[in-house]
Order: sequence, then structure tokens, then C-alpha cells
Amino acid sequence: MDIRIEGLTKRYGQQAAVDDISLQVRPGEVLGFLGPNGAGKTTTMKMVCGLLAPDAGRILVGGRSVLAEPQAVRRHIGYLPEHNPLYPDMPVLDHLRFAARLQGLDPGRIRERLAEMVRVCGLDAEKHKRVGELSKGYRQRVGLAQAMVHDPEVLILDEPTTGLDPNQIVEIRELIKQVGRAKTVIFSTHILPEVEATCDRILIINKGRIVADGTAQELRRRSQGKPLVRVRIEDAPEGAPAEALRALPGVDHVELAGDGALLLQTADAGPVPGQVFRLCVDRGWTLTELHSPGSRLEDVFRDLTLN
Amino acid sequence: MNAIWTIARRELAAFFDSLMAYILLVVFLGISGFFTWWFGADVFMQGQADLGSFFNIAYWTLFFFIPALTMRTLAEERRTGTLDLLLTKAVTDRQVVLGKFLSCLLLIALALACTLPYYVTVASIGPIDHGAAICGYLALLLMSASYIGIGVFASSLGSNQLVAFLIALLIGTFFHLLAGIVAASFTGAVGRVFDFLGMGVHFDSMSRGVVDSRDVLFFLSIATAGVVGAELQLSKRGLQR
Repeated sequence: MDIRIEGLTKRYGQQAAVDDISLQVRPGEVLGFLGPNGAGKTTTMKMVCGLLAPDAGRILVGGRSVLAEPQAVRRHIGYLPEHNPLYPDMPVLDHLRFAARLQGLDPGRIRERLAEMVRVCGLDAEKHKRVGELSKGYRQRVGLAQAMVHDPEVLILDEPTTGLDPNQIVEIRELIKQVGRAKTVIFSTHILPEVEATCDRILIINKGRIVADGTAQELRRRSQGKPLVRVRIEDAPEGAPAEALRALPGVDHVELAGDGALLLQTADAGPVPGQVFRLCVDRGWTLTELHSPGSRLEDVFRDLTLN
Repeated sequence: MNAIWTIARRELAAFFDSLMAYILLVVFLGISGFFTWWFGADVFMQGQADLGSFFNIAYWTLFFFIPALTMRTLAEERRTGTLDLLLTKAVTDRQVVLGKFLSCLLLIALALACTLPYYVTVASIGPIDHGAAICGYLALLLMSASYIGIGVFASSLGSNQLVAFLIALLIGTFFHLLAGIVAASFTGAVGRVFDFLGMGVHFDSMSRGVVDSRDVLFFLSIATAGVVGAELQLSKRGLQR
């Protein structure tokens, strides 16, 4: 199912939370939704799920209007709200069964779907516990499971990885990737490497407007972020490499990365790596790392959302 | 209907899980039993085998208990965010409100069913007017429906349970007490209007065994108004349905 959004606008008083957004998500695509806090991500997602009515514009999911047929459209949408609200007093399986029934899943299929969700989301050991007794990571899995239990074609996930530890983030990310193969997914996040790892396409919104739309690579290329070159030099006197590198033509700025490598900001990355190599040969230093990761996605994000 | 029942069942399970249901049942039975059998104008003072004293007590206890029962229905869901979870499923706002309504009504029905031994006991003491007793129970149930409607509406207004409780009690007080008091100090049309709005008039005539369609209609229209009000409150998000 595809999602088509045309001229979507939502105002809270005078302020437009979402300002004339138009976009399309193709079937099977995983769209990463980025933006600073308060940019309008959650508002947009709530409107796609039919939780909030837009002030203007329309939303078509699989060609059907969310406003005109909210119940029919919601049957095909799985939604994980921000902060993942769940009933703490309900056992996991009951919670999933409750969600399945409300989504009008055929009673004959419920048992099979529950088993499937428990397997896919890795909930087997926890399935009889109450939601309130679970750790945050497991609760997040329950949230995902309840969103997917009716096998929707569209998944809307609002910050599914906030508050999780790095291992859990990777797990949830893998899960999204895995289920996202056959589904249309929109998910919002703050974590930039996450979008790169998971999404086919990235959309950045700021102050209710779309400021960038494309793959991670396209965004990097388009941004004004300066190309970076990453260098690690060993067997050299303390501080000498940084000074020598700063003197190279085309290098604007040298900073020390956390792991001891040096990051060179360049006007044009093309000739710089060659110069670095020759410099090390001339001085007799050992060059253990040299590559240009392009500009950082963080810089792209900052460029586009700080103005 | 299926969705309404699903929501109502979850709600009932939550009542029993949180001990709310047990506390309500115990306190309700305790208070009504105490005053019906032991203290004040109890059954033995009546001089005849009827349940009038029980109905009069229940008329008051339910007035206080129902707001305590309904206050969490929607307010709690709004506070924790689970309301978003419910409203993004393939259900209508009306089904959500009716599910909440039904769960409270079933719990009250259960509480009333637990007092059936009173009925049996009184019937064994002397010749009881079965019609009046059944009508009395029906009146209690209908009156409860009215207060549940009011309570669910009050709970839909915000995310604070205490505020919901107080608003429900405030609206309830109007029907329970004030309308009758106001009616007594007016004559003519105004007096008749307030007289009709008082819960007591309708309850009394019904619990004496007179089933008048106007009384039934009165209880049901308050319940309906509450449900529709709560539904409108939810649909303030701006969606048409």
C-alpha cells in the first residue's frame, strides 16, 4: 500500500505545526522521518493514523482517504505511538489479543497471529508476564507486536527506539528492517546512524515543512556540509601531525576525533588524501587509517534545521 | 458490538485486577446491608415485607459509588496515552465510550445481583410484592445507567480522575438533590420542569412498582446524553465520523 499526502496542514492556534506537507511513500519503502523536537513529526504521523484531523490537505492510504473512511483505513495501519503507551496491568498475550480483536482480525486467525508475533518479536519467555513487569526493551517489543498483530500493510512508528540501550536499539532496528521488507514503513527518530542503517529514504522536516527528501547519500551530496577526511597517524611526535595537516592546502580545519583519529574538514576532498599520504612518507610517520566518509549526516541535519 | 464487548471486557478485567471491583462490592454490600438490616429505618421497622428500605439506601450509595467507578474510564486512558492506542484501532469513538459504559453497568448489575439474598430473605419473612421488588431493582439499574452516563462524560473532559469524580458528583447532585429542592420552592411550569428533572420522583414511583414509560425514558435520556457528550468530547480532535 502506498501513502500519499497532499498539502497537509495542521495549526495549533496561530502556529502551524505542519505546514503544507506533500509526500509519497511507495509500497515496501522504509521512510525515516527526521527533524528536531517540535518539527511536526508526531503531528504528521497522528494525522496519517486518523488520530488527528488536518486543517487542510488530504491523506490517502492505498488510495483511500483517512478522513472519509477512518475505520477502514486503520485496519491496514499499525501504529506505535510516541512513548509506547500500553496497559500495565495486562499480560502480554492478553494485550496482543485485545489489539487483534479491536482491529477486527478474524477470530480464527488470532491464535496463529499471536504465536507469530511472539516468535517475531522474541517475546516467548515473557508472554505470560504483565506488561508493567517488563523491561523497557521488552515493552517496546510488545508495542511493536500490538501494532503488527493484524498484519497491516502500513506501519507508523513514532520513535520506536527512544530510551533503549544500544543493544536493544540494534535489536529493534533489525526487527523493523525484517518486517519492513514487505511493508510500507514510516518511522521517526532522533538517532541519525539509525536512519542510515534502516531506511530506504530519509525525510527531514523543520518547523512543519519538508527541508530534505532523498537517500542518505543524496542528502550528503546535496548538503553544504564540508567533506571530511579521516586520518590516523602513529609513530609521530605529539601534536606534530595535526599541525602539519593544518598547513596542507585545501584543509580548513583539523579536529581530534574521540578515538584518537584526526578529522580534516576540507573545501574539496579530492586531492587531500594524496597529500596526506605524501606528507607521512616524507616525515616517516606510519599512516594506519585514511578515508573520506563524506560529510557527516549530523552536519547535514544541522545545516538543514538550524537557520 | 464486538469491539464494544472487547473494550468492556478489558475494562472489567482491569476493575477486578486493581481491586477496585472488590472494594466497591464489599463496601456497597456492607453499607446497604448495615442500613437495611440493622440500623435506622430498617426492614424490621417497616412492619411489612418489602425492600423499600434497601432501595432507599442503594439510591444514595450508588449516587456516591458510581462517580468513583467511572472517573478513571477515559481520564486514565488520556493520562497514560493509551487512548491514542484505542482510537487508532479500527473502532469508532462511540464504540470506545459504549465499551466503558457497558463495563460500569455490568459491574453495578453484579453488585445489585449480590443483594438478591436480601430479596429472598424478605420474601421468606412475609408476603412480598414481587412486582414492586423487581421494579425496584430495575429502577436502581436504570438510575445507575444515568449516573454512569454522567460519569463517563465527566471522565472524558480531561486527564485528571479526581476532577472527573467531582464533576460527575456535581452534575449528579443537581439531579439527585437540587432539582427536587428547587421544584419545591417554585409553583407552576417552572416547578413542574424541575420536578420532572429530579431523580427522586422517577425513582420513587418506579421502586413502588409503577412502571411509567416517562420514568424509563428519563433515565435512558440522561444516560444517552452522557454517552453522546463523551463521544463529542473525544471527537474534538476534529475527525468526522
